[in-house]
Order: sequence, then C-alpha cells, then structure tokens
Amino acid sequence: MISAFFIYNQKGEVLISRLYRQDLKRSIADIFRIQVISNTDVRSPIITLGSTSFFHVRHENLYIVALTKWNANAALIFEFCYRVINVGRSYFGKLDEDAVKANFVVIYELLDEVLDFGYPQNSDPDTLKMYITTESVKSERAIMEDSARITIQATGATSWRRSDVKYRKNEAFIDVIESVNLLLSVQGNVLRADVAGQIMMRAYLSGTPECKFGLNDKVLLEKDPSNRKRSSNTVEIDDCQFHQCVKLGKFDSDRTISFIPPDGEFELMRYRTSDNINLPFKVHPVVTEIGKSKIEYRVLVKANFSSKLNANNVVLNIPTPLNTAGVTCSASAGKAKYVPGENSIVWKIPRFQGQSEYMLTAEANLTAMTHKKAWSRPPISMDFQVLMFTSSGLLVRFLKVFEKSNYQSVKWVRYMTKAGNYQIRF
Amino acid sequence: MIINTYNKTGENAELLADLNSEYRDRRKDAVKRVIANMTVGKDVSSLFPHVVKNMQTEDLEMKKLVYLYLMNYAKSNPDLVILAVNTFVKDTDHVNPLIRALAIRTMGCIRVDKILDHLCEPLRKCLEDDDPYVRKTAAICVAKLWDLDQERALENGFVTILQGLVSDSNPMVVANAVTALAEMQESSETKDIFVVNVAIMNKMLAALNECTEWGQIAILTSLAEYRPLDSKEAESICERVMPRLQHANGSVVLSAIKVLMILLRYINNDEFVKGLIRKMSPPLVTLLSSAPEVQYVSLRNINLILQKRPDILQNDVRVFFCKYNDPPYVKREKLEIIIKLCNDKNIEQILSELKEYASEVDVDFVRKAVRAIGRCAIKIDEASERCVNVLLDLINTKVNYVVQEAIIVIKDIFRKYPKRYEAIIPTLCQNLDSLDEPEAKGSLIWIIGEYAERIDNADELIENFLETFLEENSRVQLQLLTATVKLFLKKPSQSEEIVHRVLQTATEEIDNPDTRDRAFVYWRLLSTNPQAAKAVVLSEKPPISVETNTVSPALMDELINNISTLASVYHKPPTAFMGNKAYSADAVKKAAAAE
Repeated sequence: MISAFFIYNQKGEVLISRLYRQDLKRSIADIFRIQVISNTDVRSPIITLGSTSFFHVRHENLYIVALTKWNANAALIFEFCYRVINVGRSYFGKLDEDAVKANFVVIYELLDEVLDFGYPQNSDPDTLKMYITTESVKSERAIMEDSARITIQATGATSWRRSDVKYRKNEAFIDVIESVNLLLSVQGNVLRADVAGQIMMRAYLSGTPECKFGLNDKVLLEKDPSNRKRSSNTVEIDDCQFHQCVKLGKFDSDRTISFIPPDGEFELMRYRTSDNINLPFKVHPVVTEIGKSKIEYRVLVKANFSSKLNANNVVLNIPTPLNTAGVTCSASAGKAKYVPGENSIVWKIPRFQGQSEYMLTAEANLTAMTHKKAWSRPPISMDFQVLMFTSSGLLVRFLKVFEKSNYQSVKWVRYMTKAGNYQIRF
Repeated sequence: MIINTYNKTGENAELLADLNSEYRDRRKDAVKRVIANMTVGKDVSSLFPHVVKNMQTEDLEMKKLVYLYLMNYAKSNPDLVILAVNTFVKDTDHVNPLIRALAIRTMGCIRVDKILDHLCEPLRKCLEDDDPYVRKTAAICVAKLWDLDQERALENGFVTILQGLVSDSNPMVVANAVTALAEMQESSETKDIFVVNVAIMNKMLAALNECTEWGQIAILTSLAEYRPLDSKEAESICERVMPRLQHANGSVVLSAIKVLMILLRYINNDEFVKGLIRKMSPPLVTLLSSAPEVQYVSLRNINLILQKRPDILQNDVRVFFCKYNDPPYVKREKLEIIIKLCNDKNIEQILSELKEYASEVDVDFVRKAVRAIGRCAIKIDEASERCVNVLLDLINTKVNYVVQEAIIVIKDIFRKYPKRYEAIIPTLCQNLDSLDEPEAKGSLIWIIGEYAERIDNADELIENFLETFLEENSRVQLQLLTATVKLFLKKPSQSEEIVHRVLQTATEEIDNPDTRDRAFVYWRLLSTNPQAAKAVVLSEKPPISVETNTVSPALMDELINNISTLASVYHKPPTAFMGNKAYSADAVKKAAAAE
C-alpha cells in the first residue's frame, strides 16, 4: 500500500502532498528532493532509503512520487502512478505543472477518492467524473443525478457504464492502430520485428448493449473446420489484453470477445504478434567514413505496401557524429535537413505512395577531434503512418450488438499502422 | 484562483478575516488558500478553529477541503477536534451516500482518541449500510481503527462483521474487506483474523471476475496465501486464475503469475505444469511493452522466475534485446536476462547483439555488455572461441574502458579454460599502457604471472609494472607480488633479483598488513622450502563457473511468494530493507505508554 503521494515540479517544489498513513511525516518530501531530484545520476525508478521506498515516474515537467514503508506491490504502485496521470489528462487535458497548480483542489479530491488508506479504489476517469467535477467539466448531471446511482456504479460489476445512456443514432467506431517495432542489424537481418496493436472503440450505443467482437484470430478460426480454407488469412496473436469490460473467463474458454462497453471512447484490447509481419518500409543505408573528416550517406527507402495506399508524415532520423560541422544533402522526394541539436539529418516525406522508393544522398563534414573514441553509430529511426493497412494482417470480422430494445446500429472500422520503435542499424 | 506561494506578511491574519467572512465565496476561497499553504509546507495550524467552523455546509467541495485540513492538523490540535465530531457524526447519517462515505473515511484518518470514542457507532452503521459504496469505505475504515486500537476493533465486533463482508454481494466490498483483513492479519498477534480456507477462497474466486483491477490484485494477493490440499485442487484454482493473464493492467498480470508460481509447487501433473509454463510466457513478454518502470519491475521478476523455472521463455531471447532509447535501468536488466537465456543455439545472435551494445555511449552499460560476452564464453564451452574473438575485436577498438573490461573478463576465461587461448596473450600485452583501473591491471598481471613461461619478456613486463609498485592500489600490489613469485618459480634465472627487490620493498615500505604479510609468507616459503612454495603458488586452480543463479534456493521460495513486490525487485527478503516494524516511531511510543 502507498503511505504517501507527492507531486513535485522540476525544481523539487512540492505541488501536491497527501499522506495516507501515519508511518511517515511530511518532511520526508525533502529527502526525495535531495536524493533524487537534485541528484544527476539516478539509476533506478525505485529508491529505498532507510525503511522508506520512493517510487517515481516522470511526466511532462513533473515528478509523480509514491512512498511506502511496506514491502508493497511495486508493479501496482507504478501502474497506479500512470493511472493518476491518465486521470489527470482526462480531467485537465494535460497534466503538467500549470495544470496541477490551477486545479490543486480537484486533485486533492481525486486523490482522496482513488486511494483510501493507501489502497487504490476506483481510478476510472469516466466514473470519477460523475461525482468529482471541476469548473471546466461541471456536468449538470452530477448535480441532478441521484447520488445513490453513482455509488452503485462506482462499486458495481459494470462500474464503467451508466445504465441510462441514450442515443438517437446508435453507432460504434473501431480503430485498429498498429505500432510496428523493428530492429534491423547492420547486415540487414531482422533482429526483432513485432507489432503492438491497439483496438480503440468509440461506442455511442443506448442502453446496456452486449457486444461480440470477432477478429481473424488463427486459434479461433482453426477450431472451426468450415473455416479451414480461409486460414491463410488469419493472424496468430501471441498475446492480448483486454479492457476490464471484457469477460476474460469467456475468452479463456472459447476465445470469444464479449463485453458491455463503457460509453464513449476506450481501449478495447491490446495485442501483440510477431509472426508474418509485413514491414511497411525497407531501408537500405550505406554509410561510409572517408578518412577522419567526411562521412557519406546513401539511404534508400522503399514502401512495401500496395500502390493504392499512401503513407503520411514519413520521417527518417539519420544520426550524424557529434563533431559534424556541416552536412550537404539532397533527397529525391521530400525535404532533408541537418538538425545540429539532434545530431541528425531529418528527412521528411509528407506523402509516400506504396511501392515507390526514394533516395537520400548526404555528405557530412567533420571537425577534427582530439580524443579517439569511435563514433557509436546510433540506429536510424523512422516514423510514419499508413492508413487502411495492418502490418500483422489483422482484420475485424464482425461486431455484433445485442440490446433489449433490439435497435439497429451502424459500425465503422478503420485501420492504421504507425511506427513504434522502427530502428535500422548501420 | 491564483495560488500565492509567496507569503506576504500577515497573510494568516488576512486568511483569518476571510475565513470568518459573511460571504460564502470568500470563505471558500480562504479555505483553498489555507490548503495551498499547507501543501507548500507552511504551518497554518493556528487557523484550526476558524477552518473547522466552515465544516458544516452543504457544499461538498468545501466540506472535502475542510476534511483535508482536519486530517493534517487534527493531531496537533487534539483538544479542538471535538468541535468537528458533531458534524462528522451527523454526516454519517446524511441521505447522500457519498457524504456518509466521505465522513466515515475521514474520521478513520483522524488519529485522535476523542474521535475514536465517537467513531464506533457510526462505523457499525456504515458497515451495514444499504449502499455498497458506504460499505466498501467502512471496510477500509476497520483497518484504520485496527491500526490505532486493535482491542477496540475486536471488542466492538468489527472484525467479525468484516469477515462477513467477504461474502457481500458487491465485488468491491469483497475486495476491500479482503484488503483490510489481510493487513490486519499481518499485524495481529494471534494470526487468526483472516485465514484463507476453502470457503473464503471460493468466495474470492467468485468476486475475482467482477471487481476492479485493484480489487483483483487484492484478491489475488490473498489467494496466494491459500495452500491447496492436493494437486487437483491446485490445478482447478490455476484454471480460474489464468484468464487474469490477459488483463491490460501489468500489476494484475504479475499478481496472477505469483499465484500460479506458488500453486505450481503443489501440482504433480507434468502435462499440466508444461501447459501452464507455456501459457505464462506470452504475458511475461507483453509486460515488456508497458511503461519503463513497470518493465523494470517485470524484468526483475522474470529474472527470478527464470532461475526457478529455466524452461520458460526459451525461444524469446530476441524480445529482450535492448532498444537504443530504453532507460539504463531497463537495459541493465535485459542484459542479465539475455545471459540467462543464452544457449548454444542462440549464441551467435546474442554475441552480435552484445557487440553492438559495446559501442554505445553509456559507459556503465558498455562495460556490462563486455562482461556479458565473457560470461557467455564461460557458460557455453562451444562458443568460447567466438566470444574470445569478439573480445579481441573490441580490444582492437582501443576504447580505453572497453579494453580494460575485456581484459578483466579474459582473465576469467583463462581460469575457466586454462591453456586454451594463450595465443592471444601478446595482443593483451600490447595494451599495457592504457590500463589505469586496479581490476584491469590486476587481471593482466595475473595472466602474465600465470603464463610467465610462455611470455618471453615476462620479466620486462613485470619490471615495468614494478616501477610504480608503491603507488599502486593494494589489489594490484597483491597481484604483482604473486605474479613475481610465480615468475621466479618458473624462470628463476631471470628474476632472482626482481623477486628479492619486491619482497624487500613489500615487507619494509608497505603498511598495508595484507600485502606485507603475504610478502613475508612468500619470503619464508621461498627461503625454507622452494618445493613447497611451488606446490602452493603454482597449484592447480579449480575452474570457475558462472553464477547465473544469484538467489539461494531457500531465499528463492520466499521471493516467489513475494513476486511483484519490492522484495522481488531487490531480490532480498522483506526484512532486509523494511527495517523492523516493531521499532517504528509509533510502536516505540505505544510501548512507552504501556509501561
């Protein structure tokens, strides 16, 4: 359990302090400032001094800090810190020093609610917003609504949904967002390639709808012999996690995803696959060091997806040595520019059609250096977004909505693949 | 509203006036300013009666602010707290359940005897409240009361009521009752407050599916205390816990892993065990895509689990490869796991990865990577040659700290595979001048001494080091001493003069007793019985092995019981870092009062 919770700014000033246990005093806040904030060499997010352990997470210009005197659940404390950040973002748009200072009263109210005696309670922003309001999100509902109903919802089996939701038009939007992680070795071998996927849902559905959701999940489809033929289009999911609304027991027994969704936007599921990944971009860098004063770059990028599709906001970050004096570069598409502050050439291609390829040639001039340490050659990293494409090949097969009143609902599905950690060594 | 963090003179006086203002807005604003001052650590306890006056209000926000103030300053104004008691008691009867809960929650946080006297009746009512939100808050309040006064909690029957709440119809009430009982059990003397038996376990499993993520953790934590009667029962609990591995919250996953790891001890069905281990791998890998801090905790736990169950994650070494921008603490832990997972099939891949790390910027990480290469060589016989070649490549980079680290691990490789890689000694000796760290220097000196007969200019090399003998670190001095004696025993003709000089210097000019005494021992050995000296100094050394398992079996079981907690992060038993609770400030005070 958590004995105390603090929020500091970058200078180490306490913005929020809340003690949950009597086993420590407020002056403990100074110890964290001295030992962590003003220490330049902090090598762990957990520090134990005496018998007090400090857990910290950095967010924007803040330190979110939880303290305990116990052998507490460390994973829980960090997850909780991130949940606080999440709640803060949901309430104030952004959780930074200004937001904390401007809303400290609400933050105290929230901290009183999400932790009791150091044990996390309900930390779901949608539920909290029903009864803890700020000037900016003053919901009339909260004042009018019978508070007894709030309490039932805050503690109930479907604590994430009110029962009286009504929409004229019942709609559900599904976004499949995949982040491709790639690590390519100097020789051009794939060291690791995997996809971290996220299925976001925006549900605007009346009443208490029961949803069933289907993917081209290999394990599920191969169980059914009639689907055998199509099994070439299936995806093997290594692992997945679900929003708390999904009935995990059901998924475990027959791999169906059924749930009663929260109202509005939420992350329905996260998944991970590492099998048969379609890498949207191939990068071939040739980097030659010519003597001690010059480096030549030739970087070829090829889009590996259908020519009907387009990638947007493609950015390549090509590192240059620290002692670079200047770079001349020319690209066959987009704009390339040397950014001294980042020690890299930044090549931006706003629109990249499928199957096309572009080339960057650059020459970096180096100044003489006295020490002889070789350049560490950090990897080239890449950023992009490709719409209507999934690297894993994942598809949404269906979303069925069942509700007492039997209304019709409209469903929309979008796909997007973006770069996660897309790194190419050279 | 503007927070004024710069105290003007007389701000308290101004606040005092505003707190007593006839306008509600102004009073509320004043209370907010009081709280702001409290946050930055200024003492506003003198305003106590004036703040408390504002407690009786229908404005929920205002009420919460006053409560917050009370929790902070009640202890310093115990006599004045009585002013607040009436409002508290009235609030626990309020029609609004949120206010009832708020009142009982706050009362429990005010650790003043006067409040305690008035707490018991409202608490009893709240525990039996119709509203689950009030009940779940009251459940935690019992733990607060217990923390202050165990006897009072027992006398009033709260413990029994709480035990009853484990069967409540609302999952969150169950979770909080379990949380409170578990904490009370830990601090109770009789240890009979909360013993997880079959009935309780079944109730908890039923609530597990429906409660919030945090409630699930509470239940899983208590479930870990249950000892199944037989293998069958353990299997069926596993089946019901397994779906939790799919939860989006990493701490729920780790808590489920803990329960499964504990239950594994009771299962004798090999098929089932295999299946379970297989099912546990993907969620563990997925934990690596969470926030870096959660990753860190997960990696420390994976490290433990791997020591207990080396068959897990065997094909997943790639996911532990470091990303360039991972924080250093994550990289360090990933490296440890890579070494643990290293085998003759994936060594090629791992070596090229480690070589990559050795060219990074973070000096500490680079050193660890170089050392890891050596550890792989010692772990996998077939791969040792490839590892040595990689190390030689690294030595050729001439990067000072890489060279030194490489020499240190090469010494270990020599100890593991004596006489196999002598050919590289000349390359090592070329880097003599760049060594400035005692450990690296000592390592190279050890190698020279050990292989003196194969190195033509061994005496020159030793001589070279001896020039600065007196200024060296004691570790280097000891190595030099031994190496010189070895040299003398192997090539007496060349080095008689050197050994004489070294022993003389060491015995006469060095104050460090270790070095001096070792010199005396050698001197006496050499002068009385050179044959015995040979037997002692040149004796066969036992080959070393890598200690990839850093945790002893006894400690291991305790740590598995503590998966996901701080103990599992430190790989130490809780008592090692928690200090002794019996000597905490409160306990000492209580003990003094009892006398």
